Amino acid sequence: MNAIILSALLGVVMMFSGILTKNKSVLKYIAAGGLLLLIAFNVMDTYAIFKFDINSRGLLSFEKFGLYFNTLAFAATFIYVLLSGSDIEKAGINVAEYFALIFFVLCGLSILSGFNGMLMLFLGIEILSIPLYILTGSDKRNLKSNEAALKYFLMGSFTTGIMLMGIAFFYGATGSFTLNALPVIPTTGMINPSFLHVGGLLLLFVAMSFKVSAAPFHFWTPDVYDGAPSVFTSFMATIVKAAGFIAFIRLFQTQAVALGPTWKIILSIVIILTLLIGNITAVFQQSVKRMLAYSSIAQAGFMLFALFSSNDLAKEGILLYSVAYSLATIGIFAVLIKMNDYTFDGFNGLAKSNPVLAFTATIFLLSLAGIPLTAGFFAKYYMLASVIKQGGSLWLVIVALFFAAVSVYYYFRVIQAMYFKDGDAGTAPISGAFKLTLVLLTALVIVLGIFPSIILNGFYF
Amino acid sequence: MIPVLLILLPLLTGIISFFIKEENAAKGWGLLSAVLTLTVAVAGIYFYPAAQLSFDSAWLPSLGSRFTMSMDGMSKMLVLLTAISFPLIFIATYKNQYRNAGSFYALMLLTQAGLMGVFVANDALLFYFFWELALIPVYFLCSLWGGEKRIAVTFKFFIYTFIGSLMMLAGILYMYFQTTDHSFAWQSFYSVQLAPEKQSWVFWLFFIAFAIKMPIFPFHTWQPDAYEQSPTATTMVLSGIMVKMGIFAVIKWLLPFFPAASAQFAQWIILLSVIGMLYASLIAIRQDDIKRLIAYSSIAHIGLMSATLFTGSRVGLEGVMIQMFNHGINVIGLWIVADAIEQQLGTRKFSELGGLAQKAPSLAILLLVMAFANIALPLTNAFIGEFLMFNGLFHYNIWITAVAGISIILAAVYTLNMVQKVFYGNTTTLTSNATDISGNIRIALVILVVLVIALGVYPQPMIDLTKDTVGATMAGK
Repeated sequence: MNAIILSALLGVVMMFSGILTKNKSVLKYIAAGGLLLLIAFNVMDTYAIFKFDINSRGLLSFEKFGLYFNTLAFAATFIYVLLSGSDIEKAGINVAEYFALIFFVLCGLSILSGFNGMLMLFLGIEILSIPLYILTGSDKRNLKSNEAALKYFLMGSFTTGIMLMGIAFFYGATGSFTLNALPVIPTTGMINPSFLHVGGLLLLFVAMSFKVSAAPFHFWTPDVYDGAPSVFTSFMATIVKAAGFIAFIRLFQTQAVALGPTWKIILSIVIILTLLIGNITAVFQQSVKRMLAYSSIAQAGFMLFALFSSNDLAKEGILLYSVAYSLATIGIFAVLIKMNDYTFDGFNGLAKSNPVLAFTATIFLLSLAGIPLTAGFFAKYYMLASVIKQGGSLWLVIVALFFAAVSVYYYFRVIQAMYFKDGDAGTAPISGAFKLTLVLLTALVIVLGIFPSIILNGFYF
Repeated sequence: MIPVLLILLPLLTGIISFFIKEENAAKGWGLLSAVLTLTVAVAGIYFYPAAQLSFDSAWLPSLGSRFTMSMDGMSKMLVLLTAISFPLIFIATYKNQYRNAGSFYALMLLTQAGLMGVFVANDALLFYFFWELALIPVYFLCSLWGGEKRIAVTFKFFIYTFIGSLMMLAGILYMYFQTTDHSFAWQSFYSVQLAPEKQSWVFWLFFIAFAIKMPIFPFHTWQPDAYEQSPTATTMVLSGIMVKMGIFAVIKWLLPFFPAASAQFAQWIILLSVIGMLYASLIAIRQDDIKRLIAYSSIAHIGLMSATLFTGSRVGLEGVMIQMFNHGINVIGLWIVADAIEQQLGTRKFSELGGLAQKAPSLAILLLVMAFANIALPLTNAFIGEFLMFNGLFHYNIWITAVAGISIILAAVYTLNMVQKVFYGNTTTLTSNATDISGNIRIALVILVVLVIALGVYPQPMIDLTKDTVGATMAGK
């Protein structure tokens, strides 16, 4: 509960701090400080040192897993603000509002990691999404940004409708909003879902697939990610997406049984489609930003494995995957923002003109591709291990591995451009502090690639 | 501690080397590091107590993976091969010019660290880590310092081996969940008793990874291009040592775990290997380029090793062990000659060369010994290995042996053809101004020739060194 209340308060604080100070860079430090406070209070909540306790009548429940996810997400946001804070300042005029919106997104995220009833799921998704619509359109004079925002908003509202319909069906079938409401026959203990129940769950599945951009509900992703100011794409594609997955898993870990064996079939189809469309389309992109948008779809395909296997390893895995993927993506976007030209050719010769940027970008790309010694390897490892542990779906693992190999193709194209091709990759001026943060982030990616237990231990202790 | 030292030494000196700006300093540093590693390897294997050869420490307790290393006879032998090869490669290519020499030597040393790790790791996950660690620097080496088609070719090579690695990862994970103690240790994998029908497809997950690395027909298509386009120093590592990773892995990480599947598919793999031998030999005859000729000849040699591995013959396995080391030495020698010619004359085509023996007599003599070793003439090191392997193959199937034997004849045809066209006959305009080889190449080649003849006359040390691995592998059958 701490995180929900504090992040909402901090959002308001950020909004008003825009009135109090005209100095843009102060806002960044206020936001960073606010995030540290948020982390501290969330940790206190986790260890029951200090917590607000409001009776939510069972609509919210906070377990270690969700709270720990909050901590990780806040920490990732903190790194994001440190790294790209100065680029947020450049995204538009009303800087304070952007930071405020980011805090509101975090509020939605904290609800999603603790919801226990469908109403809270709905609230969380909306609190998470609405600020994103605004952030997407924050570059007001850019037509693409406007288009992306409108598209995102329309599609998003439509999905909200589907989700509400799903919730209504669910309520109609079970007479309850709580997550673990299942129609059990008392005499036999068998689950006997009604048509309404199944229909409701399927509608919820569609809505959640849209939020995490799983195929075939992914069509908004490339346009929105491409149109939004890069600095917000970075946030949307990482922390927000991870929150979507946490909610997805929370929703279906109890409800999946109601769908019976069809659940695994539907999910395998979605996973394969997501991997296929994400990876194959990414191969043909000419713009690195658009490639990263498709690659985020591909990565979502891997994250869906956690939903598929839904065991202990999957829970650990989704945490690790969220962290590894978020760190690498935040890093690569931070580099991308500095580039003058977003096409692959724009990266030509970066290794010569700016070796630090090229080296760090290489590590982030290797991590996204899942090469050992980077965090991304263990992320993929856990996902595959969880499926193999569950048994019976080794074919799915092999399909996923094939697509992991395809992903190497487009990630390495950037590396090839940076190191092996001649050119004069132009970048915006780069400060020493930025480079240092980038190098520290790279070090973190490598350390997590050797000792992933750093992240996972926090889950248990 | 010795295995850790063998990895850390090249790893750390490699990382330092990234920061060396001056070309000669980088070369000196690389050579120094390689010689130090050689000293540690020789001292560790021959003079230190056996207890020093293993290492065990916690790594990822929640996953059941430990930082476990140990060295049996085969890994000792391959560690020695790696340790000997790197100084020789550095000496032979000492005069070659590199842009950013510091980074070049750094990546070479990182490759060495990865190779050492592969040969000593005793934990499947650790093995996988090093398997990849050896690949990544090679990717950068070939793409940055290679020939004109380097980017596409290296990429093909990378994707091929990466797909293989991923399949192996799936296999490793599958095996892991079958172990009773949830561990990645070799011993735990070994004690897994898989039902034959399960073995038959987990086997392929591992085997394809190793087959791509070796490479055996039909997974070999990345190899000639990669060898041709890579900078020669890297080609030497690729063909001299890296292909041994595949054979090593089959002996250590495949045959003991899946005995039933190995027996079941043996005939097909042997057939593929023998087809590959003939195919590669026939193509080698048609080559006009020294590097491509050596590349195809290497496929043929590896094909023989891979065929023999699956015959399940003890003598054959002894032959493979010896030949792993000897092939490494011989092929590096051939590359040194090819590089010496290319560096001096700027071409590798037979048709533009001729009469080099008049101009470079010592190169001609040294090459001739290397060429004889490539044909496995008696008194050269390759003879004993090939003899033992054919012996193993013979007990398996006479017809297969006969077909494989043709490739030996073909080897003589293409190797001697190359020697004749390049070194004898009339000098061309290009070769008329050639001079003899420089001192550093001479040193490297003389060391190699001494090894070739010494091991050809007295191969017993190699047989003794790898006796325990042969025994253990045969006992598992």
